[in-house]
Amino acid sequence: MSQDLYQAPDYFLMDELLTEEHKLIRGAAREWVKREVSPIIEDACQKAEFPKQIIKGLGEIGGFGPYIPVEYGGAGLDQISYGLIMQELERGDSGIRSTSSVQSSLVMYPIWKYGSEEQKMKFLPKLATGEFIGCFGLTEPDQGSNPGGMVTNIKDMGDHYLLNGAKMWISNAPFADVAVVWAKNEKGRIKGVLVERGMEGFTTPETHGKWSLRASATGELVFDNVKIPKDNILPNKDGLGAPLGCLDSARYGIAWGTIGTAMDCYDTALRYAKERIQFGKPIASFQLQQKKLAEMITEITKAQFLTWRLGVLRNEGRATSAQISMCKRNNVDMALNIAREARQILGAMGITGEYSIMRHMMNLESVITYEGTHDIHLLITGMDITGENAFK
Amino acid sequence: MNIVVCISSVPDTTSKINFTENGSKFDSSGIQFVINPYDEFGLTKAMMLKEKAGGNVRVITVGDALVEPVMRKALAIGADSAIRINANPTDSYFTANEIAIYLKENPADLIIAGRESIDYNSGAVGGMIAEILNLPFVNACNGLEIDGNSAKLCREIEGGKENLSASLPLVIGGQKGLVEESDLRIPNMRGIMQARSKPLMVIEPSSDENLTSSESFEKPAEKSACKLVEIGNEAELVRLLQEEAKVI
Repeated sequence: MSQDLYQAPDYFLMDELLTEEHKLIRGAAREWVKREVSPIIEDACQKAEFPKQIIKGLGEIGGFGPYIPVEYGGAGLDQISYGLIMQELERGDSGIRSTSSVQSSLVMYPIWKYGSEEQKMKFLPKLATGEFIGCFGLTEPDQGSNPGGMVTNIKDMGDHYLLNGAKMWISNAPFADVAVVWAKNEKGRIKGVLVERGMEGFTTPETHGKWSLRASATGELVFDNVKIPKDNILPNKDGLGAPLGCLDSARYGIAWGTIGTAMDCYDTALRYAKERIQFGKPIASFQLQQKKLAEMITEITKAQFLTWRLGVLRNEGRATSAQISMCKRNNVDMALNIAREARQILGAMGITGEYSIMRHMMNLESVITYEGTHDIHLLITGMDITGENAFK
Repeated sequence: MNIVVCISSVPDTTSKINFTENGSKFDSSGIQFVINPYDEFGLTKAMMLKEKAGGNVRVITVGDALVEPVMRKALAIGADSAIRINANPTDSYFTANEIAIYLKENPADLIIAGRESIDYNSGAVGGMIAEILNLPFVNACNGLEIDGNSAKLCREIEGGKENLSASLPLVIGGQKGLVEESDLRIPNMRGIMQARSKPLMVIEPSSDENLTSSESFEKPAEKSACKLVEIGNEAELVRLLQEEAKVI
């Protein structure tokens, strides 16, 4: 990939709503992405390899659980800091952001919120540095938008549980040290289970042939009579609300992250349009290209403020799941549209790995589906405003 | 070892530079400020020296509150404390004099400035501090090793390099080579959190004045568009070179 010339737009001076520390944190993440991600990401995606060498640095810049309290190895930062880190990581690549937000929101968050003190001390500090990598198992081969229909189950065997079933489309699965797995007990109640690499009967086959998130490893989690010590059950919350609480946190991160991809596509397209000469003048001087660019910056600006406000509400503990759904849905769709329009501005150059746009576009096809599909999030808003459930 | 690094807050190298008020004032709107790159090499070297031999790293700047984000970044990278002299300097003498006044009261073994700042490019602050404090000065320094009280230095000269020795205390004007670009540090989370509690002291300037002030700034003339002359129309090419470009 050519040199990373990225300059973040800030059309409505949103920076003035951020603290100095927010800007310092974002600046560090931005510099790190320029230095460590941009030079290698195209190659990693082309080869469909997760760039493991970045894990340590990702931990150092706060990519793993920055809002987790200091005593558990986190940085104790607020939700806007977390969002800004996600924005910068996804500006680099959605796959890198996925690795980070799975670790933060889907592994560290449930251990922090629902785990015992011993579980927190055992896992969180190592997850914060990247010494441990985690994954999250909710989706199953036959249960996507309807996670409550899961068949993965645990049986109480007296001194341990026996875990059986399978999970699918799991980011980080192939090399995860620990998996937060959701399974039903004999009473049909969903429980959180910490499954550790090396437990007998636990395998994690990799999913190959993806055209999206190629720099992030995806796999299955297969449980064949896995003996789970009783200490590995998350004690402090059960039911579907437990995994959905994690998804709130992850979706919030995605809402910020996709602003990053949108900004990168816009920035690339704007620079290209000013430099590309056709009919004797830059294509940026043609109305149809200006329309695309003007609409992009308008949508990015709207998304920034929607998401910043969501961050403030989350800091105050007031953000609802429905608000998070609306923001995730809006921002992913916004970013995907911008990627497609930006690709058009670059013409044939837009399909090459010389530019990041096509990679972002393909990544976003996963992002618009995972963590609640585009359609389901709309129905969540629909249910929230009408009181009528239209998805079951 | 007690090290002071002089830090300048400068526009990011990709910034579009504009002036307002009839070209007399720099337009800072929309500009991202960064640690002057030459100073950043010096700061990184200071951190390495401290990690090797122990000691203390202070960063100092002369500027208004707008420069504080850059100082916080220096603290997040690892400096122990920061000093801001609260004034808007218009020349190198003022800056150097204020820093020298501070250093007389609060001496250091090694004072690292950048060879120049990438905004006003005077390249004079380090030398002036040395002169006012009567200390040795090595500019364009691209290599530095300290052993006890003596320093071995390397300096860029035309077509090569010069190896020097000097004793501490010493002032240098640093640049790339003191450390490499790959050595430059991105603040990590721990550093950012620690920076919260590190002191950033603001001190008022002396009553000394700037010796010069800027009247106005001018940007270079814009490059004119490229003109293409068709094959077979060489006479037109000659006319353009003669009458418009006036080069023949």
